[in-house]
Amino acid sequence: MRDGERRWRRVVGTPLGLSAAALVLAVLTLAVLGPVLWGDAATAVDTDDILAGPSAEHWAGTDNLGRDILARVLVATRLSMLLALAAVVIAVTAGLVLGSAPFLLGRRSGRLVSAAVNVAVAFPGLLLALFFAVVFGVGATGAVLAIGLSGAPVFARLTQTLVAGVAARDYVSAARVAGVGRLRVLFRHVLPNIAEPLVVNATIGAGGALLSFAGLSFLGLGVQSPSYDWGRLLYDGAGAVYVNPAAALAPGAAVLVAGLAFNLLGESVAKGFGVPVLGEVRGRRRTGSGDATHQDAAHEAAPETARVTDEAPTAEDVVLDVRDLRVTFPGPSGPVRPVRGVSFSVRRGEAVGIVGESGSGKSLTALAVSRLVDDDGTVEASRLAFLGHDLRTTPTPAERRMLGTNLAMVFQDPMTSFNPTQRIGHQLAEVATTHLGMSRREAMDRAVERLDSVRIDDAVERVRRYPHEFSGGMRQRAMIGMGLMGTPALIVADEPTTALDVTVQQQVLDLLAAIRAADDVALVLISHDVTVVGEVCDRVLVMYAGRIVEELPAADLATAARHPYTRALVAAVPDMATDLEAPLATIAGRPVDPAEVPPGCAYAARCPLADARCRAQDPPLESTAGGRVACWHAGEPLPLLEISRPAEDPAEDLAENLVETP
Amino acid sequence: MTITASSVAGTPPLPAPRARTALRDRTWLRFAVRRLGRLLVSLWVLVTASFAMIHLIPGDPVRGALGPTAPADLVEARREALGLNDPLLSQYADYLRALFTGDLGTSLSSQLPVSDVIAQRLPATLSLAVLAFAGAVAVAIPLGVAMGVLTRRGHGRRTELAFTTSSVVVATVPDFLIGIGLVYVFGVNLAWLPVAGNETPSAYVLPVLALAIGPAAILARIVRVEMVGVLEADFVRTARAKRLSPRRIYLGHALPNAVTAALTLGGLLLSAMVAGTVLVENVFAWPGLGSTIVQSILTKDYPVVQAIVLVYGIGVLVTNTVVDVALALLDPRSMIRED
Repeated sequence: MRDGERRWRRVVGTPLGLSAAALVLAVLTLAVLGPVLWGDAATAVDTDDILAGPSAEHWAGTDNLGRDILARVLVATRLSMLLALAAVVIAVTAGLVLGSAPFLLGRRSGRLVSAAVNVAVAFPGLLLALFFAVVFGVGATGAVLAIGLSGAPVFARLTQTLVAGVAARDYVSAARVAGVGRLRVLFRHVLPNIAEPLVVNATIGAGGALLSFAGLSFLGLGVQSPSYDWGRLLYDGAGAVYVNPAAALAPGAAVLVAGLAFNLLGESVAKGFGVPVLGEVRGRRRTGSGDATHQDAAHEAAPETARVTDEAPTAEDVVLDVRDLRVTFPGPSGPVRPVRGVSFSVRRGEAVGIVGESGSGKSLTALAVSRLVDDDGTVEASRLAFLGHDLRTTPTPAERRMLGTNLAMVFQDPMTSFNPTQRIGHQLAEVATTHLGMSRREAMDRAVERLDSVRIDDAVERVRRYPHEFSGGMRQRAMIGMGLMGTPALIVADEPTTALDVTVQQQVLDLLAAIRAADDVALVLISHDVTVVGEVCDRVLVMYAGRIVEELPAADLATAARHPYTRALVAAVPDMATDLEAPLATIAGRPVDPAEVPPGCAYAARCPLADARCRAQDPPLESTAGGRVACWHAGEPLPLLEISRPAEDPAEDLAENLVETP
Repeated sequence: MTITASSVAGTPPLPAPRARTALRDRTWLRFAVRRLGRLLVSLWVLVTASFAMIHLIPGDPVRGALGPTAPADLVEARREALGLNDPLLSQYADYLRALFTGDLGTSLSSQLPVSDVIAQRLPATLSLAVLAFAGAVAVAIPLGVAMGVLTRRGHGRRTELAFTTSSVVVATVPDFLIGIGLVYVFGVNLAWLPVAGNETPSAYVLPVLALAIGPAAILARIVRVEMVGVLEADFVRTARAKRLSPRRIYLGHALPNAVTAALTLGGLLLSAMVAGTVLVENVFAWPGLGSTIVQSILTKDYPVVQAIVLVYGIGVLVTNTVVDVALALLDPRSMIRED
């Protein structure tokens, strides 16, 4: 009940919903009171004052018998509404019968009915209405039947979809298994559950029926004289439009307002209740937002700590140099900053890994250094240079070409990272035609060659294929091949193997390693998987809550990690000695919500070494022998039970901490 | 989903290229056969419905057409002429046979062959519908794309609200009311444009507008929603990573993906437009099929009504088929998705 109330409040809370509801109420009131109040005025004949324009006495003028048009429009509300509602009742009833037939009749006869409905749905309502108007004859009754039946296929389709959705639920199956008859199941379990969307759509349908009825009456096929509805008044008025335009405009406005009111009320209720609407096309939603979670900058109490320590001034062989990188997004309650001051550099031919949990800001860091953060985010840095070009400014055409050929990206999900409507070859060749000035043929030859080099067999034929005709691993290799269309100095690979089968993962990693070795290409590999990073990279950056908490040589990961978080990540990786009977190790607690970063060390809440200082002061990123670490207790021995067993919900924690959900 | 034989990377056994092409052709062939089958079934339903129409009318349709005062022998002669006295099945067979030879019967009111009536009226309706559809698409796609780019990822909330609200309102106004409004403003008040007939090119302006405005609003809305969705897609990020120009990203990569959904709807809109001509023609006294069918319904000239219903229905079915084929060309996945 409370829930319903809240939803209604949400409907009338919008200006559109509120005004639609008010209008519907007004129209219904008018339908009841109209004939009582203005019935006499609407039929009073005054032959001395025919076809007059608007005047003080007759606001919308008079018709060919001198009757007041405004009064007639007001009185016609009742008949127009009654006819429209009758038509909707017919449409919904017939739709319900046809739509639930597949459920009641079983597969074979049901299929026949739904096929018939599908054929009927293809024809526009007006055409069906004309057909039925011929069958039932010209007049109000015929028109009600015609409009009602012509609306039936759409409601049948809707009912069918809704019934199919409910029928798949457990309690319906349970009832069926328990031997309850189909009809009984339909009335007891199915219909009550689809009533809400049906009523909402019937409201929209009422608006539509009102407009259709006006259309039929306007054609002279609906209500016949001496009765009159809005359509009939329109029909009469349109004939006299040069003499008294108001005679056409007044009923037209009435139809429009009433039709719109029902329509918009239905749409608003549908939106407020989250109910599907007839023929609605929904935009595709991106699944999950990766690392681009938000963090409230207001909570960022810590001062600027990520200072660059012993990084030498950019050397000749530095491909990518990043200092104090910050990324900010506007959030519902102020700006949030998922990347809070990240500094690192990548040398030619070097492989740098970035590891961290979901929400640590690692993917966003990758996007930011590649200048690919969506333009609602703000990227700031004291230095952001790729091959000596400053990436903080809007790139010149030459710089864009430089980026397009020298910086290659490999994204997480090869299924969605190719354009589904273009052939693979075209998508590769595009790089060469755009940036290298190649002809289409030259570019296509290069695409074939590159696909070949990433070990895609039969590349000549494959370039003509669409992405959906490739397997996942093949697509990811093609993506790498696309990066090789230029002469990349750096490949940024964001979780390149996460979406792939284990067997295919290794091939992709091997391929990246081979390219790196052959062409001295630098690699930035972002992964939640410490093992992958340790295997491929020279150096590892560990990120937590938008900062680098430790940097160390990959070889030291297992043995010489100093930050408790790094050590926990490493310890959470199962190995051959792991007891398979026991639950897998996890890091206790949850990752920091980037919107609520606590003061002090962001990891303190989960850290077994944390003390009062950790909770108050954010540790700076200090240089160490092998790299950098940001921890007040770096390298201190951990208490024995540092890796806790999952406490509350093992599955959930596992999912979050070990396997990053794409 | 995937049609390729080799799905695991590495060194899968390679089918010969020829075999693959055959596989690909088979997808097309299966699609074409299935689509053609559906068209034929729908056509059969349509033809049967148009035949059944006259038999579904309660009472004697000829008596109804000629009026209660008509002499009995005239009614009988007319029934005989229409073949209504034959057994139903042989009437059906005759009807089908006549259709195949292009014989649509004779108009009861004008005594002209119905096919002549159609041939005379169809071009006016067709030109109206085609112009209106072309106009709606020409306006809606650029508008929707521009709106999609402007309102992507939570940008331009006000623009979005203004656009969605106004397009919903515009889309709800039925075409004949828009027509009457246009007649009032441009015909009566300003007297700029003709409001009846189709003699001059300027006479096309108002009917085409009346027919196109609503669908254009719907289409623009869909294109915007799709565009906003597509701009969030990973492959758009890939296109940006390739450092393509914004024009190329929006028009080359995003638009074709946004348009597939819009095209599905566009087909529905086009068929709705075919029907919409009925009302609009009556507003503007347009000498097309729409005004003819209404007249024929009122005068109970059943052969003409049957034929025009057939023509409209075929128009709708052909449109839907063309849209499906266009979809298959634009987005090959739609061929498979249909199952």
